[in-house]
Amino acid sequence: MIRLDPSLSKSERISVIATWIAALLVILFLMAPIITIVPLSFTSDSLLSYPIPDWSLRWYEVLFGSDMWMRALWNSLYIAFFATILAMILGTVASVGLTSPNFPFKGAVMGLLLTPMIVPIIITAVASYFFYAKLGLTNSYLGMILAHALLGTPFVVITVTATLLGFDSNQVRAAYSLGCKPIPTFFKIVVPQIQPGIISGGLFAFVTSFDEVIVALFMAGTEQFTLPRQMFAGIRENIDPTIAAVASVMILISLILLLGIQWVTARSEKLKAGKT
Amino acid sequence: MAASSQTAPLTDSSQPHVGFDPKKLKAQVRTAERRKTLRALALVAPLFLFVLVFFLFPIGSLLERSVNSPEFVTIFPQSAAILHKSDNLKTLDEQAFYGTLFEELQIAAKERSFGPVGRRLNQDVTGFISLFKKTARKIKKEKQRPADAKAWFLSQNENWGNPTYLHAMKRASSAWTDFYMLTALDLQRSDGGSIIAVEDEKALFVDILIRTMEISLGVTLICVILGYPVAWVLAHTTDTMRNILLIGVLFPFWTSLLVRTAAWIIVLQKEGPINSMLQSLHIIDEPLQLVFNRFGVYVALTHILLPFLVLPLYSVMKAIPNDYMRAAKSLGAKPWIAFIRVYLPQSLPGLSAGAILVFILSIGYYITPALVGGPKDQMISYFIAFYTNNTINWGLASALAFILLVVTLVFYALYQRVTGGKAGMGV
Amino acid sequence: MRKSFLAAGTALLALSAFTIATHARDLTIVSWGGAYQDAQREAYFAPFAKASGNKILDEAYNGETAKIKAMVETNNVTWDVVQMEAPELENSCDEGLLEVINWEKLGGKDTVIDPAIIGECGVGTILWSVILAYDSEKLGQEGPKSWADMWNVEKWPGKRALRKTAKFTLEIALMADGVAADKVYETLATKEGVDRAFKKLDEIKEHIQWWESGAQPPQWLASGDVVMTTAYNGRISKANDEGRKFNTSWNGQIYALDGWAIVKGSDNADKAYDFIKSATQPQAQAQLSAKIPYGPTHKDAVAAADEKTQKRLPSNPDYLKGALASSTDFWVENVEDLNQRFNNWASQ
Repeated sequence: MIRLDPSLSKSERISVIATWIAALLVILFLMAPIITIVPLSFTSDSLLSYPIPDWSLRWYEVLFGSDMWMRALWNSLYIAFFATILAMILGTVASVGLTSPNFPFKGAVMGLLLTPMIVPIIITAVASYFFYAKLGLTNSYLGMILAHALLGTPFVVITVTATLLGFDSNQVRAAYSLGCKPIPTFFKIVVPQIQPGIISGGLFAFVTSFDEVIVALFMAGTEQFTLPRQMFAGIRENIDPTIAAVASVMILISLILLLGIQWVTARSEKLKAGKT
Repeated sequence: MAASSQTAPLTDSSQPHVGFDPKKLKAQVRTAERRKTLRALALVAPLFLFVLVFFLFPIGSLLERSVNSPEFVTIFPQSAAILHKSDNLKTLDEQAFYGTLFEELQIAAKERSFGPVGRRLNQDVTGFISLFKKTARKIKKEKQRPADAKAWFLSQNENWGNPTYLHAMKRASSAWTDFYMLTALDLQRSDGGSIIAVEDEKALFVDILIRTMEISLGVTLICVILGYPVAWVLAHTTDTMRNILLIGVLFPFWTSLLVRTAAWIIVLQKEGPINSMLQSLHIIDEPLQLVFNRFGVYVALTHILLPFLVLPLYSVMKAIPNDYMRAAKSLGAKPWIAFIRVYLPQSLPGLSAGAILVFILSIGYYITPALVGGPKDQMISYFIAFYTNNTINWGLASALAFILLVVTLVFYALYQRVTGGKAGMGV
Repeated sequence: MRKSFLAAGTALLALSAFTIATHARDLTIVSWGGAYQDAQREAYFAPFAKASGNKILDEAYNGETAKIKAMVETNNVTWDVVQMEAPELENSCDEGLLEVINWEKLGGKDTVIDPAIIGECGVGTILWSVILAYDSEKLGQEGPKSWADMWNVEKWPGKRALRKTAKFTLEIALMADGVAADKVYETLATKEGVDRAFKKLDEIKEHIQWWESGAQPPQWLASGDVVMTTAYNGRISKANDEGRKFNTSWNGQIYALDGWAIVKGSDNADKAYDFIKSATQPQAQAQLSAKIPYGPTHKDAVAAADEKTQKRLPSNPDYLKGALASSTDFWVENVEDLNQRFNNWASQ
């Protein structure tokens, strides 16, 4: 696995091997907590410690039998789904405009549209809390969806503008000259080619919402509690193996999303490779 | 749809060639260009308005709260006006003031609306809440305004005549105030109106700002030390190996923040795997305190932010050609000198971009320090949440948010400069 | 592709239809979480939901009254019934954050013990205590026996946990410093007394781990994170019911009263009254006390409880020796000021 260049001197080899060992240890550090928490969710004990006395699905039964957790899971999926759709639509449409050579003040506007990603979320959360309260939108699904969509739009803008840069706009001209109207052209010519960008932007937006807790802390009423919000309460209150079970479920979901992104990127690279 | 088809772009190129009039053509091109510009603007408009209304405007009004607190002026308008008019209380018309205060407090007591005022003044001088409460209970029972209102107030509590209290009311008698910004910097206005430092026992926020910077800087340094070899290995290995190792970096990156935070609490707790391993190896006798302190904060934050350093650094390193190192060595440079003089400078753009990114993200972190840190490890974000939720000191929360925002934007500008605005995450 | 565009459009329409059609909010009850709220769920929430056909949402909090203030001030009330500690309840009442209780709707004031009428806005629900607890499996039977022992870091090294509020912490510090229970509030009423309490706390500041939710102390004892802790008596009994071997010291226990309150402007005020009424019935209260040993407030509830339960309640005469009654009056006056100083001190 380590390809040691035969021209390297002995001391260089040692430093290369040392770097590898360091890197592997760091990756172990990155994986360790995730590896540790999953088995704990299958314990039969009510304590979160090793060794695990007996394996059981007890905590998953608690989890899937609990109204509170199921509601939180449903809320998370529901809010993330609609926030993603909203972010995808707004972000994609804006990206098409932003990449037009006729768009004025591109840099400044782009910078502005990306600010939700840069401003610390605590500031966004507190500001939204006061603002949405005035509109009567705190403690509502709509409020959560709007707030999460906002956090997701920069990712869509980044990924879609990136794919649009590689898009050959002569195709649009060709379509127009063949009599195709702008909106069908957009859906028939542009969207299929920038689809990977839209999808990966959407996945980023989905994860952002699905994992978001600070805005939920301020804005969500009891009815809208999401999985992370409920987990936050659980961690502060009482870390029991149910938390480990929720964590494992969330790890599974992020694994699926990660594979989704990898698949999309691989596919778009294949597309690009096929084109040249 | 039908309408837009009539205004399809680029029709100018297929215009019939009716004579050749350069002026007309120019005009046509200009119209077409303007139309395209308008269309581009129209496409961006929805998102722009969304960000404007649901993000920039709310942040603007949050920041306004840090300099505007109208509680006293709203609920005690006339008393506030009398105080505001007086020149530093020397020309205060006492009978008019106390008389108005009596009437306004009596109404407020009956409507139970003095709460926000008491709280606002209490932020300046501790004791106002109880002063208001005690007096409000009595004032409800008074039939009419006493002839000597000042004497009545003083008989309730002598603090009503205390200059410290009166000056605090005077400071609150205008809605615009620098009170919160000063408090957030451990400063205050003296009764004379000059800016002075607060008492030691109240000084808190400069320490917190320094602490936030300190923790963020520490996390950034640890990330640089841990991330560099990982990025190097990623950039200098076979494709298969790289993909396997990348999963090791990306998987935690995609795993929920709360999952990772919970995992660290479990791993580091007294009876957690780390402690029991160390104990069974007889390295320690007593379990170590690894979580709910600064150590836990460093571990968990580093874990969460490390991928943000590794990924941009890796994408820069990938682009560094091997030849330079070889050339340097073949010209006789010792390997480590070649590394420091040739390789390191070339990887520097990725390293600095990643480091600044980690720093920016960590100064604004809230959840992880809140869950794995002790009370002395909380960063500025925690206090923004604390003053919003726990003590309802929204002005102070906004002032702290103001400071955090400024610091973040300064470093973001730096980041833009370093990356030329186009460093990707390399994913 | 046009299809997916249409699909997205329909989805958005469906979403707006869903969110615009305002539906009535379910009765939301907020209490102190953990084992206590589990017991409440069995003794109060579920039976009431079943009998009345109302759905109940319950949420846990750690006494942050600011949340109620924010709701009322931004006109966004989503909590209906909240269980609060007596001083905070009276303060919130004074600030106009709670509904004034109409006792007629609850069957009159004389059904409950006198202290259960908490100001104008509170209906007393439990009598509870803050006690000292430790794990006998770690410290043996001869563990700490008084608050002064809590300060003995030589004999019992390790972290000790206290609740992160001025209330209880300052009283405990003074008692540990030798102030008799009946002189505690007299002392705290002076600036010197408060300074004395903080000075005493400084001695062990480095050894304190602060808890915020009632579920934390038993959990930290079990995990060995702390060597001893203050705790709500019911949580410790509950943990022992589940097989723990926690010992307690009732010497210098501080007992206090919690009450139900209805948030001002609640849409569900009528349902809230129905709920409070059903949760104040002697049978319901006796059931709760059997599940978790907090004292009831209905005059007939203690009698309705079995003998074993009665012995575990804070009102057991053995437990009342040297006990301190948390002073609602004192904290009504001073809670904001002392919490402010306390929070600054703790985060420095």
